[in-house]
Amino acid sequence: MQRRDFIRLISGAFALAFIAPMNAFAAIWNKAAFETTKLNEAEKNLEINDEKPSEHILITLPDKAENGAIVQIEVKSNIPNTETISILVEKNPTPLIAHFKFSNGTEPFVVTRIKMAETSDVKVVVKAGNQYFTNAKGVVVLENGCG
Amino acid sequence: MASDNMKMRAQLKGDAASVGYTEVKVLMSHPMETGRKKDDFDRLIPAHFVQLVTATLNGKIVLEAQWGTGISKNPYLTFRLTGAKIGDTIAVTWHDNLGETATQNIIVT
Repeated sequence: MQRRDFIRLISGAFALAFIAPMNAFAAIWNKAAFETTKLNEAEKNLEINDEKPSEHILITLPDKAENGAIVQIEVKSNIPNTETISILVEKNPTPLIAHFKFSNGTEPFVVTRIKMAETSDVKVVVKAGNQYFTNAKGVVVLENGCG
Repeated sequence: MASDNMKMRAQLKGDAASVGYTEVKVLMSHPMETGRKKDDFDRLIPAHFVQLVTATLNGKIVLEAQWGTGISKNPYLTFRLTGAKIGDTIAVTWHDNLGETATQNIIVT
């Protein structure tokens, strides 16, 4: 082995040793789903398929948001055995906002605050067993919240 | 990181006789930069956002969330647990894309 190659190998190994622990959590994070600019790509990466519209997903959002930087959303699923809730904003630069996974008796209910770039539908997808359900609500955004 | 960058409250709703739930409210202190915003000198501010949030009840995982850049600055979260009792411990931990992390514990009241 040439000296140059050896140095390259060693420095590579060092870099890996430092980067690997930092990315241990990043491994859980669904990079492809969160970084895509397309709604359908985000859903595909979350393995969402054949979702059925459901009135049993209750979405509370304002009709009109003065400031898109802070839009409060409440989601409650009345679908039995709800495992996950995903929140997507159709017209945001990156549509996938959040993906919640419930376990050990946690109610399929969540309140959080999201950013909205422009007037858009907010789509919620629920996974229950092997099925996917969806509901959506439109919000009129008066001021862009995606700096 | 210090735990004072997270505020939490966990309250048991409904009386002991009825089937209640515990409402957990969390407010985190975090810039949640998207990586698309520019500073005063027209330079992009690097992305800095919480990617993972985990909640446990007495050490058992009850909620796992993955977040993108679309969660508002200083993230707010409410969730509800069944089966938690007064005196139980709820812990919430977040990890961001720069490797920073914070954990906060709260007792159910």
